[in-house]
Amino acid sequence: MVDVQDQQAVAGAASPALDDAPARLRFRTDAPDDGPLVPLEVFLGDSNAAAVRLDPADDARRLLPVLGRVRLIEVAFPKFRDGRGYSSAKILREAGYTGELRAAGDVLLDQMVFLARVGFDSFAPAKPLDAARVTEALARFPFVYQKSADTKPPVWALRHG
Amino acid sequence: MYQYDHFDQAIVDARVAEFRDQVARRLANEITEDEFKPLRLMNGLYLQLHAYMLRVAIPYGTLSSKQLHMLAHIATKYDRDYAHFTTRQNLQYNWMKLHETPDLMADLASVEMHAIQTSGNCIRNISSDQFAGAAADEVADPRPYAELLRQWSSFHPEFSFLPRKFKIAVTASATDRAAIQLHDIGLQLIEKDGELGFRVLVGGGMGRTPMIGHWIREWIPVRQYLSYCEAILRVYNRHGRRDNIYKARIKILVHELGAEEFTRQVEAEWALLEPLGIDAPQAEYDRIIAQFAEPAYDTAAPDTLDRSDPDFAVWVDQNVHAHKQPGYAIATISLKPKGGIPGDASSAQMHLIADLAERYSVGEIRVTHSQNLVLAHVRKADLHALWSALAEADLATPNLDLVTDIIACPGLDYCTLANARSIPVAQKIAARFEDLGRQRDIGEMKIKVSGCINACGHHHAGHIGILGVDRKGEESYQLSLGGSGAEDASLAKILGPGFSEAGVVDAVEKVIEKYREVRSSPDERFLDTYRRLGDAPFKEAVYG
Amino acid sequence: MIKLLTGNDLLTGDVVWWTGSAWSLHLRDAVPVEAGDPILAKSIAEERINDPALVDAETGHPPAPRTAREKIRGIGPSVRPDLARA
Repeated sequence: MVDVQDQQAVAGAASPALDDAPARLRFRTDAPDDGPLVPLEVFLGDSNAAAVRLDPADDARRLLPVLGRVRLIEVAFPKFRDGRGYSSAKILREAGYTGELRAAGDVLLDQMVFLARVGFDSFAPAKPLDAARVTEALARFPFVYQKSADTKPPVWALRHG
Repeated sequence: MYQYDHFDQAIVDARVAEFRDQVARRLANEITEDEFKPLRLMNGLYLQLHAYMLRVAIPYGTLSSKQLHMLAHIATKYDRDYAHFTTRQNLQYNWMKLHETPDLMADLASVEMHAIQTSGNCIRNISSDQFAGAAADEVADPRPYAELLRQWSSFHPEFSFLPRKFKIAVTASATDRAAIQLHDIGLQLIEKDGELGFRVLVGGGMGRTPMIGHWIREWIPVRQYLSYCEAILRVYNRHGRRDNIYKARIKILVHELGAEEFTRQVEAEWALLEPLGIDAPQAEYDRIIAQFAEPAYDTAAPDTLDRSDPDFAVWVDQNVHAHKQPGYAIATISLKPKGGIPGDASSAQMHLIADLAERYSVGEIRVTHSQNLVLAHVRKADLHALWSALAEADLATPNLDLVTDIIACPGLDYCTLANARSIPVAQKIAARFEDLGRQRDIGEMKIKVSGCINACGHHHAGHIGILGVDRKGEESYQLSLGGSGAEDASLAKILGPGFSEAGVVDAVEKVIEKYREVRSSPDERFLDTYRRLGDAPFKEAVYG
Repeated sequence: MIKLLTGNDLLTGDVVWWTGSAWSLHLRDAVPVEAGDPILAKSIAEERINDPALVDAETGHPPAPRTAREKIRGIGPSVRPDLARA
């Protein structure tokens, strides 16, 4: 009976099973990668793989030397309250990664705006989301305060164009 | 003070619409309570013991008269005609109904206010010095930088699901009135060779494991402080502990890595982030700073004061501070009247204070972390009239920083986290020391009461700190001595075994009487006596 | 020692007590609930009462919750007797 949002620690929760199917919600026009999707350690040891899964504790920067051969990076959200995946995504976009960046697992409607802003462009929610509600949620905020990995200009850029 | 433009207003309005939608989905059982809870918490809505509680942000503790009138109106319309000012310059309503909160948020938005990120594992309300813009000892008004931080941190996409909550305070004086060393990030505005920048402190905090923060950078130019904060938050978001919620604050990360290694990681991250254009352009600084321009002072205002009314003179000595402008003064309104609840104000009192601010203090009110209110720009010639009007509403108690000016969290009377009641303890101590002559003889004395280990009542930073604990369903209290939340920050140390409610009041009196006996002179503060002698004489007085 | 079932109403946040057939705002209406009573699991599943839980109490009229916390939930803030619940 404790009203804080984090009654339980989020670390160590199991990631969703690896799934080679294309994401249900995809905001890209290129053809989806057809896998196989492999964990980071396997990916780094296998020069033929093109699709990699990052778990929350994985260091996204380990991918930077091999970004050239990556077509899909899936970041797992075992629990939506574990925010490490947001930094992983942002780091990859800052490093110039332009391939598919997918959020998978406990991906909920109310986190979509944040996920899109740090650079995710495809989503594999464990619990299906209504596409119309997603579109509505993504359009909710007309302006943003910060520069991030999306194309939205921060309000200071609009104010001083 | 800062006024929203259509961008700010559109963002806050969108938030109200989003919250209305979220509440509707919860009421329709489309989302579970587990999914809804983080959403309502990020809008400041808690479920407390008796009802929902809403925490409204008062950014850097500055309010306009219009806003305070609205807060009073909301207390009447949606609550039970009162509200509570907190230790982080926020305001809390205690008796909310879920289905009415979207309308309430819309009312707040109509006066450029919100409850965004007043809870949840995100960057919370930015706090600051209640004397900002008026203090004689500041290098510049820190509030424009706090406002820019407010904007930068609002809906920050990368930092909305941090390991734990995150609190930032900004000051601009050597005198610390905002307890910055006990914040996750403390920023002290300083001047070097004609340029403004910040000293940066990280890893302070109270709670279960209190720590004083580490100064990790002596100088960051103001034009780069946002990207520097972004680097700190990124290191924390990536590496802060998520395996144990009691070890999830940034202070634990700094402690475990060591301040030096933590700083190295922040600097490495900042080297990558700084070139990305995260910092706002100079034009944005200029735009915001212009909105905190000094009021049009009456330069003919007399700098003298008629102290012939003895009760007024006592209030001036205790509750009025020097202003940087000759002819002006800073007046603190005590929300600690005899028999009152620390930090509570009725709707009528809030309306009155809003009116008085309009008449005597350029329509602006400040909230302090000690749960009092401040009128920061009062002509000395108006002080007596102000005092008379305050006195009629029981708002002129001359006890600022005295033994009856007690910080107390809501405690078990309201809070679902609490183990024991805080307010009755504060009231009983205040009653015991009712005599004003005795209070003034004791001098500066900061008593701080928390109803649980989360330390909302800042007991770790109390000259005398009291912590409520649960002993098999019974309320019990631990006494600590020697804390400070000011520039000489220190953590209070537990004196010995705990007490019942009556017992802790007696123990506080014994400590204070021992202090009066052993102080080197009437000018030596309790805190300094304690630091000089240690806890032995006080232990002997209480337990001997 | 008996157990009472209590929680907070989703819509209003009000403290409510289980009367055997419905939820009441008044502690005086609360009835003892057995530890295995399916009403607890049902309340959790329905998601209309927040934080439903069984709490210890002594028999009486009204029943007397054991902890300071539940006593205060039953009556209201001790520092605001004017807002006390009858």
